[in-house]
Parts: sequence; structure tokens; C-alpha cells
Amino acid sequence: MVGFLQSLVSGVSIGCVYALVALGFVLIYKATEVVNFAQGELMMVGAFFAFTLVDMGHLPFVIGVPLAMACAALFGALLNQSLLRPLIGRSPFTTVLATVALATLLRSLASMVPGWGTQTHSLANPVAGQKTQLGGVILSHEHLIVIAATLLLCAALYLFFRFTRVGVALQAVSQNQLAAGYCGVPVKRMHSLIWAISAAVSALAGVLLAPMTFVHTGMGYVGLKAFPAAVIGGFGSIPGAILGGLFIGLIEELSGLYAPEGVKHVAAYVALLALLVARPQGLFGVSLRERA
Amino acid sequence: MKFVRKTSYDYDLRLFPEPEDRFWYGLLAVALLLAPVLLPPYFLGQAVLVGIYAIAGFGLMLLAGYTGQISLGHAAFFAVGAYTTAVLEKTMPFVLAFPAAGLMAAAVGILVGLPALRLSGIYLAIGTLASSFIVSEVIARWESVTRGASGITVARIRLGDIVLDSDAKLYYLVLAVAVAAFWLGRNILRSPLGIAMMAIRDSQTGAQSVGVPLVRVKLIAFALSAALTGLAGALYAHKIQFIDPDQFTLLLSVELLVVIFIGGIGSLHGCVFGAIFIIILPQVIAIAKDHLPRYLAEQTGLQSAVYATCLIGFILFEPEGLHGIWLKIKRYFSMFPHYQRDSQKQQRSHARGESW
Repeated sequence: MVGFLQSLVSGVSIGCVYALVALGFVLIYKATEVVNFAQGELMMVGAFFAFTLVDMGHLPFVIGVPLAMACAALFGALLNQSLLRPLIGRSPFTTVLATVALATLLRSLASMVPGWGTQTHSLANPVAGQKTQLGGVILSHEHLIVIAATLLLCAALYLFFRFTRVGVALQAVSQNQLAAGYCGVPVKRMHSLIWAISAAVSALAGVLLAPMTFVHTGMGYVGLKAFPAAVIGGFGSIPGAILGGLFIGLIEELSGLYAPEGVKHVAAYVALLALLVARPQGLFGVSLRERA
Repeated sequence: MKFVRKTSYDYDLRLFPEPEDRFWYGLLAVALLLAPVLLPPYFLGQAVLVGIYAIAGFGLMLLAGYTGQISLGHAAFFAVGAYTTAVLEKTMPFVLAFPAAGLMAAAVGILVGLPALRLSGIYLAIGTLASSFIVSEVIARWESVTRGASGITVARIRLGDIVLDSDAKLYYLVLAVAVAAFWLGRNILRSPLGIAMMAIRDSQTGAQSVGVPLVRVKLIAFALSAALTGLAGALYAHKIQFIDPDQFTLLLSVELLVVIFIGGIGSLHGCVFGAIFIIILPQVIAIAKDHLPRYLAEQTGLQSAVYATCLIGFILFEPEGLHGIWLKIKRYFSMFPHYQRDSQKQQRSHARGESW
């Protein structure tokens, strides 16, 4: 029973990381209709920014991490302007291929940066190693911070999209780009903004993931599991992405506990295929014509 | 300018209707047959790899370029073909193991295609990606058959009394399979099946409205595509002579996508160009390394960075790939001096949801 509860906690914790990456992914998809296969790599780059500022630059953690998120935001906006803007209006296959190529490019370039390289780095964080015990279950503070940070970020994003002008403009762009353009919303600038937000969210996900997997150029493969999360949640749905991420995290941890060796690595994908066969629009998705 | 003058119905039926096409392809055939004599041994080995990637590319092109089903996980079929032939050849001769590899890959292709039937576009891409991860995990874990991470050594091909113990002999086999695959692909594309596939690519709803049996055509496309890629994998296993799960990763799927995209997404010829590109590029990088600053030259990520940059460059500037460039050159000469620079510009569509 304790093992089960323990897995539950770590499942929710890793699920929060998947949820954040899936969130970034869905944000981009909703606003720009681009499927960003480089989301995991954005997470990896964000984690490396944090590593550079905190460990190599010796900034305090609470300053380094927001600064890393800001740098990641700038990076995301630049990526959108240079790579995705020329591809507006082209076939979706082309944009998929472009983001897949981008993912490979980011991974290779990250391994070539001096100081980053191909080794695994650890990101020093203030609560490393601290634990509390709650009735037999050991809760590491890192896990708790992950869950708390995710909740805070989701609340902040909800308030942003609901109550600020820019947020409402972004909602308009994700519903109907043409109409939003007619209403005076600068659509291309909004695209860059959503890429910036998405990259910042992924950077935070990377920082939260770092205690579990350490910072290395292969982190993007962890982010790849956010796609099943986004699909399971229903592709255009933000709360769906978050719940999908938690679902995937739980399935992974529980299959690590109960299923044979090796199932844990592919549990997310098996769940994805099973769901796609049974309910293609995901758990919360709206069944739009263009999906089936 | 060139004018096409048809003088018989045969013209429309022939695979190579123009006499000059026949001349140039005949010359190409002679060059290909004489390659082992003309090329140094190292390049002959590379030519074998070009053939293998071209066959795999034909498979992926039939699925992605002609049926419009994006597959991000084609490495899985390659792996299935390689492992099937490696495992079966402990007990069976090559002439049985080879088609068996194709059939096994086709079976896996159908398994992957079944959940993909209801998906389109991005769901399909993610679904194929997920399937390929599952297949590679299965290969790595099923140690009783595949020997897991330790890999399998593959013996040379024996055809009756002949052992293909040199690159030259393997080259002829690969050439024969590639020509057969190309001929098969071209003929399928001219048949009602091929036209149905292209209809599905252009508009699924439209195809359904004119009575194209979507399920059957898509499954056949998946099966054919997987079979061709599986056969390429089987030949690959014999070329490299040692296979392990690490050779069939996502990077291989991306390489296959590079082959068909850079080659030119709308044509089978493109696969050959793409295969040549993908095999030549590492050589070019190796030569260029001597001129790069030492820090850059030593990086392990350099090759994939260059692949990715080339792919992005082609996507942005030359979306029709090398085949498109080839067509532009031909058009320049045939339309001289009336060639217009933008005569092959791509159409852009801004209406939502129109393209899938």
C-alpha cells in the first residue's frame, strides 16, 4: 500500500512535468495550428539556460530560474519568427517536418555548446534532498515543489488568458485567426508571443524535471511523452493537456510498479494508441471534423 | 521549345514514352551495371547503402508522398525486416527469409495502420511515432528471439552455391531489388490502386464521395510501404552484418523522412536523389572537417546538425526537393529562352483546415 501511495506521489509529480510540456504544446497548437515536435527540446534548452545561469553563472536559484524562463521566451519568439513565419499557409506536413528537424537541430547544437556538451549535469536547487514523512510515505520536497509550481503556473496562465487584454487577444487568435485579424489583433505578433509563453512554460518544466533526470541533451525524449498527454487530453484543450499529463505520469509510475520490465518506457504510447482507437478526440476534446 | 507529338495509343501506355527518355535511362542502366568495375571499392559499399535507403525511401514515399499518411516511425519497419531476416536465417535459406522479412514487416505495418485508420494528419504522425517506440521496445525486450541489446550477427547471403561475400555481388542484388521496387512502385501508381491512394492524399472526403474504399486502400498502402522498407532493412542487415536495437532509433526515421523530402516529395525518382544526398552528406562533412575550426570538427552532434539544417533549408527554400531542382533544370532547357523563375512556385492556403 505504501508502495502504491509512493508511486502515486511520484506519478503526480512527473505527471506535472508532462502536463507543463503538454500545456506548452497545446498553447502553440491552439494559437498557430502548428504541431511543435520540438517542445521537448525547448524544455531541454530552457533547463540548460537555467543550468548556465545558476550553476555556471552562480546566480541565486530564485533569480536564475525566472531569468532563464525569460531567455527561453525570447528564444521561442525568435524561433517562431525565423522558422515558422515563412511557413504560414504551407501544408501541415511541411510544418511537422520543420519542427522535427528543429528538434534534431536543437539537440545537436546543444551538445556543441561549450560547457553543455554531452555530459549530464545536475542543477543545484535549494530543496535538494529534503524530505518529509507523512504516514509511511516519504514526500521529497522536490516533488512537492513541482506540484505547487505547476498549480501556481496554471492559475497564473488562467488569470492571464481570462482577464488581460493580451490574453483575450490570444484566445481570439486561437479561435479564428482571420476574424481576430479583422478585429485588429496583430496575429503574427501574437504567434511570437505564444511561442514565447510556451517556451517559458517548457523551461520551467525543464527546471522541475532536472532533479529527477538531470540536465542533459537527451531530455527532449522525456518531452516526447507529452504528446500522448496532449492527445489524450484532447488536442485543443488546455485543461485536457494538464489532466492528460497527470494521467500519463500516473500510468507510467504504476506500470513501473506492477507491469513487467520495460513496459514503463512505452506505457504512455500504449495508452495513447488504445485511446486513439477508442476515442479519437481524446478525453476532453471537441470532435471537430478535421480530426477524423 | 519542346512539343509533344503523339502518334499512337502506345504513347500513353508506355513507362518511358519519349525516345530521349529511353536513351538516357538506357545509358543509366549501362552505367549502373558497370559500376562495380568503374567505382573504387569504398564507393561501391556506399552505393549499396544508397540502394538500400532508396528502397526504404520508395516504401515511405508510397505512404507519405502518395497516400498522404505521414509516418514518423518508419524505422520500426526497417528494424522488423532486419531482425526477421537475421533470426530466420539461422534455420532458413536467404531466398525464403527475404520475402518472409517483407511479409513480417507488412504484418506489422497493418498492425500499425489499424489504429491509424481513424486518424489523420497530426494524430497519424503521433500514432506512428508511438507505434515505432513500442516496436523498438519490444525488439529490445524480447531477448529470447532478438537477443536484446547484445544484437545479432548476420551471415553473408547464400543464393544456392553463390555466396555474396563482396560488396560487388551484394551491389547487384541490391540493384535488382531496387529496380524491381521502383518498377513495382511506378506501376502501382499508374493503376487504380495508385490513383485511389493519390485521391486519399488530396482529399479524403472527396475520395470517399467517389467510392474509394478508404480502409482497404490505406491498409494496403501501409502494408506495401512497410514491406518495401522491411526488405530494405533485410538487405541492410546483410550489408552491416551486425544489428542491434540502437541502430533503429528515431534518428533513422528522421533520416528516411529526409530522404523523401529532400529528394522531392512527389516523385519516386526523388527517393534515389534523397538516398544519394543522405549518403554523400557524411562524406562531405568528413572532408569539410579538415577546414573547420578544431572545436567544431570534433563534435559528435555535427552530422545531425548538418542534416537538420539541410532539411530546414530545403523546407524553407526548395520545398520540391532535389527532384524539383532537376525538373527546373530540365524545364529551363526545354523552354529556353522563355523560362520564368517562379513557374513552379507552391500554392499557399490560408483557410483553416483546408489542407488535411
